[in-house]
Amino acid sequence: MTEKGPQDSLPARPGSQGPEVIDVRKGMFGVQGSGDTSGYGGIVRPVAMPGGSPKPYGGWFDELAESFESALRPEGFVSAVEKVVVYRREITFFIRRGDLLKVAETLRNDPALRFEFCSGVSGVHYPNDEGRELHAVYHLLSMTHNRRIRLEVTCPDNDPHIPSVVAIYPTNDWHERETYDFFGIIFDGHPALTRIEMPDDWPGHPQRKDYPLGGIPVEYKGATIPPPDQRRSYT
Amino acid sequence: MTTTNDPYATFEAGSSDTTTGRVFTVTGQDWDSVVSGIAEEGDERVVVNMGPQHPSTHGVLRLILELEGETVTEARCGIGYLHTGIEKNMEFRTWVQGVTFCTRMDYLSPFFNETTYSLGVEKLLDIEDDIPEKADVMRVLLMELNRISSHLVAIATGGMEIGALTVMTIGFRERELVLDLFELITGLRMNHAFIRPGGVAQDMPPGALDEIRDFIALMKKRLPEYADLCNANPIFKARLENVGHLDLAGCMALGITGPPLRSTGYPWDLRKMQPYCGYEDYEFDVITRDSMDAYGRFRIRVDEMWESLKIVEQSANRLGDLEGAPIMVADKKIAWPSQLAIGSDGMGNSLDHIRHIMGESMEALIHHFKLVTEGFRVPAGQAYVPIESPRGELGAHVVSDGGTRPYRAHFRDPSFTNLQATSVMSEGGMIADVIVAIASIDPVMGGVDR
Repeated sequence: MTEKGPQDSLPARPGSQGPEVIDVRKGMFGVQGSGDTSGYGGIVRPVAMPGGSPKPYGGWFDELAESFESALRPEGFVSAVEKVVVYRREITFFIRRGDLLKVAETLRNDPALRFEFCSGVSGVHYPNDEGRELHAVYHLLSMTHNRRIRLEVTCPDNDPHIPSVVAIYPTNDWHERETYDFFGIIFDGHPALTRIEMPDDWPGHPQRKDYPLGGIPVEYKGATIPPPDQRRSYT
Repeated sequence: MTTTNDPYATFEAGSSDTTTGRVFTVTGQDWDSVVSGIAEEGDERVVVNMGPQHPSTHGVLRLILELEGETVTEARCGIGYLHTGIEKNMEFRTWVQGVTFCTRMDYLSPFFNETTYSLGVEKLLDIEDDIPEKADVMRVLLMELNRISSHLVAIATGGMEIGALTVMTIGFRERELVLDLFELITGLRMNHAFIRPGGVAQDMPPGALDEIRDFIALMKKRLPEYADLCNANPIFKARLENVGHLDLAGCMALGITGPPLRSTGYPWDLRKMQPYCGYEDYEFDVITRDSMDAYGRFRIRVDEMWESLKIVEQSANRLGDLEGAPIMVADKKIAWPSQLAIGSDGMGNSLDHIRHIMGESMEALIHHFKLVTEGFRVPAGQAYVPIESPRGELGAHVVSDGGTRPYRAHFRDPSFTNLQATSVMSEGGMIADVIVAIASIDPVMGGVDR
């Protein structure tokens, strides 16, 4: 977990520092409503992701953040970057979706940044993080400077739109189709946003957390074992 | 129109008129019907569905080719035939069990899948510096052996697809030797689940180092055969040279890594640029060529096998000095509680460990039970640690919510990304060159579809 530091640091919205609680988990073993007398049913555990980090970020992160800020000019940076998270020696910029294209283009073209390589986009679904349920995570690589950063863009479930970066990073063509296929994020401006892994007429988006794993009970030596998503498990 | 009764076809071969034009269904041996049918139409433009069940598409890949005569005007890929929901399944198992799933993705390079996932989990656990030296050396050893076996299949199937069957038979002959080594070390020929978060599953078995040294000596005799057979072979060169052209700018735009990127002369290899598992301690070269074509990629693969052999040799020597050293992190809250051993009924918990937990220590039994059924918790956050697989940058985006199971594991598989180059490599060329171009990308459909 990153340490809290001086508050004068850019960029941060008030309250965006420190761990960010995105969910609260209750109980244990995935059992609900049973006569559990073990006491474990009363466990309440918040799920907290690493929150915004204050400056200095350490190492080359500061140099990078500085070039990034000056490339976008400070006011552009403040409006585009929601927060910066430094965690486990990786830096993540949370980008507001409206500014994604400008940010991606700057990151690719600016000589001091030069992130010419995108490793694709990965989706993550946080069903209880209201208004930010769907995340698109981009891993960028600068071969020129041998650096990696991560961009994270969120969108709400009831408006799952994120601008497509295919025009800037053509490699994301299939990656965005995959993320659309699995999470239902609509990448506006994608040349042909169709399903890629699932059949064209498949209902639903399988990697979302509200989509069940599926499966049938397995009988083994007379005993029946429920499918993996219905087994008792530690939460 | 003549029709042939194919007992294996679900419908009769022949032709039918649809709203999008005339559709011919051919099942082999009946191409004349297409030729005469098209002659009637007077139009040279045909759209051909090639695959997904076709011996030359390098796996369950469907190609949709628009042809003018024999020239490809448009090429598109249809994928998804091997999608098995591995990423989704991993969300329902413990962190250690995840290895068992991801090893099956790219089935020709299982150790790379395991390693990139394990490195991601280790980063989240913040135990990267605690991985014992021997575990790292064994990982490198297995990965480099795996690179050899994977490149052998790439060359073998690539040869087969252009009709060079001897290349295939010798390629699979040598690959078998590598798989024998895997079987000796891990107990399995593929799907090993051997590299795990925290280290590796088992120590080196007795005699393994001698077998590896014999293998190295043999490979040094056998690898030149590939060069003798192919490097200057006029037929081979005629089929591969200047086919599947892709320059550096194209690679950057399309996110292409691995041999196709190095065939543009750009020496990008994560083992050198962003070392992991202690690759900085080994002496090897990054192979590049500047022909930007399928022939260059073939030569790179052959030369990379030599480099891998050098690394295998160095790691075998290091393992000789590491006898008895630990292969798992010391943290008992993460390390798998027992060492596996081969018994009369196959591999399982070692008898010493069973004696300990069943007869000597109640706490050890509880600990074993908790760690195996519940698993360990991984601090919330996300990590991405890419590695250089035989096909390029392979990375796992691992997200934890602080629980005992991955919240999300997404694999950036190089086959998936590199396959996007199919169109740009084959459009404007001959249909026969499509096969060569795809073989030079060497996509593994298990990795593409996951």
